[in-house]
Amino acid sequence: MFDSFIPSGVEYLRILPEIILTIAGVLIMFLAALQKDEENRGLFFGVTATALLAALVGALIAYQNPGPAFMMKAGDIATAPSMLIIDGFATFFRVLVIGVGLLTLLASSNYLRAERANSAEYYALLLFSIVGQSILASANELIMVFIGIEISSIASYILAGYLRDDKRNNESALKYFLLGSFATAFLLYGVAWIYGVTGTTNLTEIRHALLSPGSANSMVLIGTAAALMFVGFAFKVSAAPFQIWAPDVYQGAPAPVSAFMSAGPKAAAFAVFIRVYTTAFGPIANRWEPFVWGSAILTMVIGNFAALTQTNIKRMLAYSSIAHAGYVLVAITANSEIGIAAAMFYLAAYVFMNVGAFAVVTYFARQGERYVNVEDLAGLGQHQPMIAAMMTIFLLSLIGVPLTGGFFGKFYIFRAALDSNLVWLTVIGLLNSAVAAYYYLRIIVVMYFREAGDASANMAPVGPALRTAILASALGTIILGILPSWLLEFASKSATLAK
Amino acid sequence: MTLLDIVLFLPLIGFFILLLVPKTNPGMSRMVALGLGVLTFLMSLGLIGPWWYGQPKGFQFETKLLWISTPRINYHVGLDGLSLWLVILTTLLTPICVLISWNYIDKRVKEFFAFLILLEFGLIGVFLALDMFLFYVFWEVALVPMYFLIGIWGHERRIYAAVKFFLYTMAGSVLMLTGIIYIFNRAGTFDYVDLLAMIQRGRLSFSWEEELLLFLAFFIAFAVKVPLFPLHTWLPDAHVEAPTAGSVMLASVMLKMGTYGLIRFCLPMFPEAARACAGWISALAIIGIIYGALVAMVQPNMKKLVAYSSVSHLGFVVLGLFSFTQQGLDGAVYQMLNHGVSTGALFIMVGFLSERRHSLEIKAYGGVATPAPWLSTVFLITTLASVGLPMLNNFVGEFLVLQGAAIAHFSWAVFAAIGVILSAVYMLWLYQRVFFGKASEDLSHHMPDMVGREWVAMLPLLILMVWMGCFTQSFMPPISAQNARILDQTKAGVEVQVDNRTPKAMEVAHVR
Repeated sequence: MFDSFIPSGVEYLRILPEIILTIAGVLIMFLAALQKDEENRGLFFGVTATALLAALVGALIAYQNPGPAFMMKAGDIATAPSMLIIDGFATFFRVLVIGVGLLTLLASSNYLRAERANSAEYYALLLFSIVGQSILASANELIMVFIGIEISSIASYILAGYLRDDKRNNESALKYFLLGSFATAFLLYGVAWIYGVTGTTNLTEIRHALLSPGSANSMVLIGTAAALMFVGFAFKVSAAPFQIWAPDVYQGAPAPVSAFMSAGPKAAAFAVFIRVYTTAFGPIANRWEPFVWGSAILTMVIGNFAALTQTNIKRMLAYSSIAHAGYVLVAITANSEIGIAAAMFYLAAYVFMNVGAFAVVTYFARQGERYVNVEDLAGLGQHQPMIAAMMTIFLLSLIGVPLTGGFFGKFYIFRAALDSNLVWLTVIGLLNSAVAAYYYLRIIVVMYFREAGDASANMAPVGPALRTAILASALGTIILGILPSWLLEFASKSATLAK
Repeated sequence: MTLLDIVLFLPLIGFFILLLVPKTNPGMSRMVALGLGVLTFLMSLGLIGPWWYGQPKGFQFETKLLWISTPRINYHVGLDGLSLWLVILTTLLTPICVLISWNYIDKRVKEFFAFLILLEFGLIGVFLALDMFLFYVFWEVALVPMYFLIGIWGHERRIYAAVKFFLYTMAGSVLMLTGIIYIFNRAGTFDYVDLLAMIQRGRLSFSWEEELLLFLAFFIAFAVKVPLFPLHTWLPDAHVEAPTAGSVMLASVMLKMGTYGLIRFCLPMFPEAARACAGWISALAIIGIIYGALVAMVQPNMKKLVAYSSVSHLGFVVLGLFSFTQQGLDGAVYQMLNHGVSTGALFIMVGFLSERRHSLEIKAYGGVATPAPWLSTVFLITTLASVGLPMLNNFVGEFLVLQGAAIAHFSWAVFAAIGVILSAVYMLWLYQRVFFGKASEDLSHHMPDMVGREWVAMLPLLILMVWMGCFTQSFMPPISAQNARILDQTKAGVEVQVDNRTPKAMEVAHVR
């Protein structure tokens, strides 16, 4: 009886990526203690890259043995409630966040060297943050959700303030931390309420409890719990009306960290958002759908219209990332399998285009992030035609021009929305994307149509790592724009969540 | 792999070849662009083949390959009488645009020609796509190179014009995308041919509200592009600021994307809504005809004048389409081609003038006929073609449109005819102010006559103006046959109005 609590070997196999990343993170911290001088920082880079690649393989190995891991009660492993569940959905997001980690790693190595901040903590924190996101992707239980969010967030809080002598970094980290903890508290409070009503924190069991006829009596309590948890998740994905923090934090944080925060934690938070609301809260979908509907519209409108007037490119991209969260919320509102698949596809495309754009900003900002205004990009098209062309690809994808990943992402999302008869949401969303075209085009205008300014002349060539990050992102954006089928097929196959 | 695929993808290959040409060798970029343009044009002439001997039914050179499996999107292209001449017009104008930009474009030469060739790819694709999704892809793809052409190589207010151009089109086309997705969710396919068959057989039918909203979603996207009054305000800006080649492609081909979309999608797919809205749309078209002409009359800037004349001319096309008569449709499609040839030529001539004098203002000219007699002659022929002189191309189109409009509603034709008169007023007045009078010393000095390269660019267009005006039958049969089919499709469930008039239309064409 008791021994069935002891996890079997295959269960450890299912959390292989987390194991690898944690060990690598700890290893880096030990190595840092042994390291005497500032030399040989390449070692950390190497260890991190190896760990991420190994975790990527680990995630695929784990997918060969899909199923639940770590039971909460004694019983048959196949049916008993479990802490984690490794399915296609989890694997998709694991691969995604690890991919974000790799791109961030490549994008940050030059930056850290230029800022003389190339220390071990950065790499360890990056790895830990990804561990948290990886757990979020596979969490099947609210306590695991909470743990995942905390691991991911605490590491991100520190990363946001990584250059501790820079006051912009400090502001960013402090805001992120205070508001983030506040939002997590709401989430935890919601978890407590749910536990109080249903007596469980397991998503599958919550679903069963909500499906039982008796639950109608406690609908107020359940609704409140779902609303409290929505606050927490909406904060993490920067959905309105809980998006206020994002522009300040993204603007203040080091550029590669902004790239990371706008992609990795966001994708993971969306993963868990989708899983919790479509499985556990699936039975009360008609109650939360209107809220997500409203939040989606608000998020798109606020994000796009606020971005129109921004002059700082990091801040503009922050608002744009808010707007993109709105599009994903549209897919969630659709509350169907093609909606989930569309959200998955969109997030993948979003990761490439957004990290790519931030990587270009990282290159352009240079030491001390002196050049972060849109106007500073003037003449980039002449001085750095390759980089400008890549940036154009990212921006066109963010606009949603065909033959880029962003277009298919939007297309799938709005197709799912129309399929669920959300006609007005679709029209508003698509008109929003026409508004968004304006501010993305402004960057293209500055890069190509303006005469070269001082900022873009005499730029050092792009370092090999950063170049790889930008090229890989551009390639990903284009591939998803021309041959999207394979990914969408995998997403559609994985969109059936265990209930 | 059919000839059509080759014609479509040759420009795309050319785009990549141009990217590989070294930046330091602008002469080579020009040669490559010209060579590819001419090659594509020659290949595209082969597309006439099926129509040479007879009247083939349905789409020719069809290719249908699976592109994306979920949701099922095909690379489905084909050619019919409607798209045939538009494709050839595009392939003809691209090398001409290369020629006229030969010396005019002196900065970032390689990129200019790369974008021009990419634009050709997008435009041909729009006219060939038989999958709604593919159509939308090409529709947007054509937008990007034009945006750069205006934005980088344009005049002073180019940025404003480029952004306005992009946003107007984008705002319209997202509505179309909504419509396309909606139809897909209802019918389960993006395939135009299948959809049309489903609608014909009644397997796919929309409620009245649905049909009206879908019609409007498509219509607004196309109306922005046409551009139909009051959605035309981007056009003068874009035309004035664009480099000559950009203006030519914009006026001659890109505006036709809108009218092509109307006739390809709006009429046959939503016939009832189209008929119900015909009155309103015709009213807008007539306002556009008269308003465009009146505004053109008072323009001090030559390019702006020609741009507003486009608004007026395109009004005729829309009027013809929504008359739902064989003559009206024939005239409209013919007018699309005519406008492509004659307004393209006008923009080229204005470009020649401004290359010499570095000004687009009419008052900077006067007496050009003395130092440059050939230039003046060619401009005169173009002007006369544009105002609709018999024996030249525009006359045929305008005449048929007016006839079609008169059959539908006589008063429409009366109002529209005012536009014909006004067009003579503003064009001839322009000609008088620019070419007659006494040339100033300064102007004579800077006004050499046409050179060989310019003749090569203009001659094909001059020949076409006469050919299309005198031998309409060389071009009309494929168009008429296809229009008859489209009219047939619009009649689904609607009272037969025009059937008995079809032979007459053919007679009229014969007599001429």
